[in-house]
Amino acid sequence: METLMKLFKNNIRQYGMIIALVLIMIFFQIITGGLLLEPINITNLILQNSYILILAIGMVLVIITGHIDLSVGSVAAFVGAVAAVMMVDMQLHPVIAVIASLIVGGLIGAWQGFWVAYVRIPAFIVTLAGMLLFRGLTMIVLDGQSISPFPGGFQKLSSGFVPDFGNTGTNLVAILVGIAFTVIYVINELRDRKSQKKYNFDVLPGGLFLLKLFLMAAVINAFTFMLASYAGLPNILILLLVLIIIYSFVMNKTVMGRHIYALGGNEKAAALSGVKTKKVTFWVFVNMGVMAAISGLMFAARLNAATPRAGTNFELDAIAASFIGGASATGGIGTVFGAIIGGLVMGVLNNGMSLVGLGIDWQQGIKGLVLLAAVAFDIYNKKKSSAS
Amino acid sequence: MSEYILEMRNITKAFPGVKALDSVNLKIREGEIHSLCGENGAGKSTLMKVLSGVYPHGTYDGDILFKGKVCEFKSIKDSEDLGIVIIHQELALIPYLSIAENIYLGNERAHKGIVDWNETIRGAKELLGKVGLTENPNTPVGTIGVGKQQLVEIAKALSKKVKLLILDEPTAALNEDDSENLLQLMLEFKKQGISCILISHKLNEVSKVSDSITILRDGKTIETLDMHGKEVNEDRIIRGMVGRDLTSRYPERTPKVGEVILEIKDWTVYHELQADRKVIDGANLHIRRGEIVGIAGLMGSGRTELAMSVFGRAYGRNISGELYKNGQVIQNRTVTEAIANGFAYVTEDRKDYGLILIDDIKRNISLTGLPKLARNMVIDEREEILVAEEMRRKLKIKTPNILQKTGNLSGGNQQKVVLSKWIYSEPDILILDEPTRGIDVGAKFEIYSIINQLADEGKGVLVISSELPEILGICDRIYVMNAGRITGEVSKEEASQETLMRYMTKNGGA
Repeated sequence: METLMKLFKNNIRQYGMIIALVLIMIFFQIITGGLLLEPINITNLILQNSYILILAIGMVLVIITGHIDLSVGSVAAFVGAVAAVMMVDMQLHPVIAVIASLIVGGLIGAWQGFWVAYVRIPAFIVTLAGMLLFRGLTMIVLDGQSISPFPGGFQKLSSGFVPDFGNTGTNLVAILVGIAFTVIYVINELRDRKSQKKYNFDVLPGGLFLLKLFLMAAVINAFTFMLASYAGLPNILILLLVLIIIYSFVMNKTVMGRHIYALGGNEKAAALSGVKTKKVTFWVFVNMGVMAAISGLMFAARLNAATPRAGTNFELDAIAASFIGGASATGGIGTVFGAIIGGLVMGVLNNGMSLVGLGIDWQQGIKGLVLLAAVAFDIYNKKKSSAS
Repeated sequence: MSEYILEMRNITKAFPGVKALDSVNLKIREGEIHSLCGENGAGKSTLMKVLSGVYPHGTYDGDILFKGKVCEFKSIKDSEDLGIVIIHQELALIPYLSIAENIYLGNERAHKGIVDWNETIRGAKELLGKVGLTENPNTPVGTIGVGKQQLVEIAKALSKKVKLLILDEPTAALNEDDSENLLQLMLEFKKQGISCILISHKLNEVSKVSDSITILRDGKTIETLDMHGKEVNEDRIIRGMVGRDLTSRYPERTPKVGEVILEIKDWTVYHELQADRKVIDGANLHIRRGEIVGIAGLMGSGRTELAMSVFGRAYGRNISGELYKNGQVIQNRTVTEAIANGFAYVTEDRKDYGLILIDDIKRNISLTGLPKLARNMVIDEREEILVAEEMRRKLKIKTPNILQKTGNLSGGNQQKVVLSKWIYSEPDILILDEPTRGIDVGAKFEIYSIINQLADEGKGVLVISSELPEILGICDRIYVMNAGRITGEVSKEEASQETLMRYMTKNGGA
């Protein structure tokens, strides 16, 4: 029991938000009378939050470098508007329009990255300007009105499902993907554990390790089973998973990722160690622009319209997700996975409170308190661990 | 009435692990200029912090008597109320506020919280007149030169009805005219009955204006010299400052010196912010393979600026001069390029410039050499662990494992992590800036052994240090810098603390 408590204490920062997420889910599951975890609601949760989660991936990178991006909501709206003009007004093929939209996002990111990295204007100011600028441009491009409808193929991007084979009632693809993920996860964990043991690093005791594997396997398969019993895997979930895997890999295993963490941890030391700090900052902003573009496209596709007010407050949700997920406002700390968990905490809160019938006024207030509590908890833990 | 305006008796101040001051005595006569001399770390600044109340009563032992009365200062405010004002080396002015606002900062001419601007400007003008500065009191401080800023600081001190003025390295940032001006002003104040304590490394200035000199060394009072009595010259002062025994705190080594590996020619660097101020002025030096070359110099002499400007222009602007590696001209335009050219620079300030404290040992060690660990930009983490483990073993980094955050390590172990990082980048030329600052004696010996080993592998090593015994103990050849110039070059055989100190306090080029 004592070792368990010690283990819990040591890992509370790592697992704290997952535990919080589970508790929040259990809470709403109970007070909504089981509505929260209905297959249809789970699917909805994913569809509703995917574009915030995509933004959160880009945002956590920006925050790790020690900056912030307030413009992503406006950029998402602007890219959605540009895409609508290309697809609806100009009748361009969706593939061409999507590629062009991503390039536009990248260029916007490059514009902001230039001011932040090379002119060294604080990101807060650059992106505040961007927030106003691109909101204005959105209205100009749309002429103040919504443009719709998008071609069917494009809509499918964010509201469609992966096609199934056979017709057994439950979706086989979803279940098979769940099983495949479980196998990959277990193999990976076992391999990591083996190499960690080899170098005498601390590892979980055997029993707990098995419990962790079992729990994760159960969660993954329960999740895919739920999806299978409604309509299967949403296309956007696949996109999201691919992005999570790619960005986790980049941040953990590549030189670029290390340089991002080093830059955020101590810019001066990183520069004197040969990290091209300006270039790294610039590309992190370019990446954020592309992610905002993806998010804007998904949102427009889901809404089946590009509107002047699209993406309002997206930036705040993405920033909140990153901080709830353990990113540090001073840079150097944060994970893609954490940001996703943070985004899910916000998403479940939104969804649960809506199911209960709580007004938007209360929802906003409660989300604000959750953000504050999460960061306070994080700082408290940091102080405690640095004191010992 | 006592003859002395200030007496500090048996002042002892200990920090964890070090006794910064050990029964120090200091007596200042009414209306004299009294200089305080000693090497970096001798305890001058600590003593002044005790006097001014930065270290409040109770955190040190001993008594402070001001005008014969025992004082117990709890804060700077208490000492200033009695007329003891200290002007620090780094000026404490706010650049965006006007001269008048700065003079009365914290001491505003106000009635019931409302500032009387007429009185402020009038008072400021009067004070500026006393220090001989003809500037409009409404001018923002940031727009006037450093010399004039220094005068504003003094005017600020006068506004507090100063009885005892303490100047910490007042001329370090000033050119010769401004310095001369300031010294004249001190003599003027003396006539008006204001006592002065002058802390300075420039011995010619010290002997010019002082009435007496107290020498500190290793936190102890060595002696107080009366400048009016028998002949006291700079050599006499230097002997007092350095006279300490050299025990064998340095590992034995027989240097195997080879070809010249690095040559720096006519290196000139301007200050990053003050575009017209030369920080390095026409420096020439060379390093051979297998040689440990030292740069001695007092703080502010330009040692670090020289190193950082050579290391990929990490400091300064309008850098001119040439670098030759193995006889070939090279360019170090960026840090990345310098690293690619086989340079490594271990910074003076480990915590701010050397390490990423929130990251673990492994990641800090691999940071510079990451491209070597990566295939197609993907890091081979097994290899990374092996590298970090090997460094831990070789350099004897004391840690449970390599996943410890570097912020939790002791100074010596942190420095070993920094060294590991650069050793892994396999440099040909290592520049080590204060490699043993803040490190205990045992770890120092280990660091020296590592440095020796690197030199024996045929690398060129440049060591910058404020500690003369260290420079003398490990270097084969020593350059001395003062005010941005290289003022001397001495071989190990002819080097002594006295010769080095003479060059270090010498004005002008060699």
